[in-house]
Amino acid sequence: MTEEPLPAWSLSTEGIERIALPEAWPGEVTREWAWGGATGAGVRVCILDSGVETTHPLVGEVQQSVAISIEGDEVGVEEHDTAGDLCGHGTACAGIVRALAPESELASVRVLGAGFTGSGQVLLEGLRWAVEQGYDVINMSLSTTKQKFASLLHQLADSAYFRRTMLVASAHNMPVESYPWRFSSVISVGSHDRPDPFSYFYNPTPPVEFFARGVDVEVAWTGGGRLVCTGNSFATPHIAGIAALMLSKHRELTPFQLKSLLYLTASNVGGGA
Amino acid sequence: MSDDLRSAVAAGVLGAETNYRELLQSIVAVARAIFRAKASSIFLLDEESDELVFEAVAGEGSESLVGRRFPSSTGIAGFVLVSRQPLVIEDVLEDPRFSRETAESTGFVPKGLMAVPLLHEELALGVLDRPSEARFTLEEMDLLGLFAGQAAIALDLLQRARRAQATLDDRGELAVLARVAQKLEQRRDEGGAALALLSALERVLE
Repeated sequence: MTEEPLPAWSLSTEGIERIALPEAWPGEVTREWAWGGATGAGVRVCILDSGVETTHPLVGEVQQSVAISIEGDEVGVEEHDTAGDLCGHGTACAGIVRALAPESELASVRVLGAGFTGSGQVLLEGLRWAVEQGYDVINMSLSTTKQKFASLLHQLADSAYFRRTMLVASAHNMPVESYPWRFSSVISVGSHDRPDPFSYFYNPTPPVEFFARGVDVEVAWTGGGRLVCTGNSFATPHIAGIAALMLSKHRELTPFQLKSLLYLTASNVGGGA
Repeated sequence: MSDDLRSAVAAGVLGAETNYRELLQSIVAVARAIFRAKASSIFLLDEESDELVFEAVAGEGSESLVGRRFPSSTGIAGFVLVSRQPLVIEDVLEDPRFSRETAESTGFVPKGLMAVPLLHEELALGVLDRPSEARFTLEEMDLLGLFAGQAAIALDLLQRARRAQATLDDRGELAVLARVAQKLEQRRDEGGAALALLSALERVLE
């Protein structure tokens, strides 16, 4: 959002006009209304991952590549990171968002690849940095199991939610406690095995809230390569890309409204299979 | 020293590493059989060197790979470890770098690869993977996740056994006590006199 509206702390009768919704939703919300004709233009999507290969044909232009590091107690932010993608995973996620929302602005914040030790702290600081930048959507196909980061991640997720940054995070399909996907201020995503990239389902028995395409997905990989992959990591950028489409058509959407719109247009709700 | 503690220390060390290694080996062997994979392996994270180490391998490469090391956060296994997310690669469509990097982190060039993090309590201990010629299903991923839970516990036990052994090899006070306990355990039949001596010592110290 270019201009942040003032928060309304209370509501008098005279003030109702102040919180008037910029656009009325139709009685029946359709996918056509939600994102028909949208390209993702004007929406900033951050890929918080292993970096993104900026020269990959399936990824296209990447507006910004940043790397986060920790040295002692100091957080390092390299704002012109040239290391690319240290694994391939970030490039895969970026390519999926690009395929769904071709004109969205992509940014890469690299938090993986500098060693395992301290990786939870780097993830936390990377998310903090990304939230401060005010991206519209942050794709997080990763999580941490460190309990000591849970409350800080929770605060960051809530802070993003109220600053109109939608966090889209991969759920774990293993019986472990991990974060931040479990928090209700983020959209958590698991996999279904259908081939349609626009097929997604609302799950009435959370914590996993949505299922998106995550099986046999053709993705971009490092070195200009392509792989066919399976995992919640690849379902997540499908929802991030669809969220970018919705936001490019309806710029005023808050994360609450965005989640509601995803619900109303889910394949098992109003969006058709 | 109580009998419980003596037994615990001794049992924790005597042959424990061998047993836990065999348990890990059994897990990769069963995983390989159930998934009809060419190979299956378990890596352990060495936190000191920030490297992944091959701990158990079944199938292709099993002879030469155990003990080999590579950086903890690069390649497929490394990514799975640091992101805590399971990852399946089904097909390599265009492949400038993938095969070489994967070969370095798995020991062979698979057509497809499935890797899950081994998570025990808060720790990510290592990665279990299995290459395959067939397509993976969501059910198989869930199944491999269950195996990973078992493997994570075995890895945790292995690390505990190694720490206990390191304590025995040390020169500190605890090491002396542990060595005494170990010797008592080895001479269980004739340990009566030694136990009486230790009990007397315990009374003096009280």
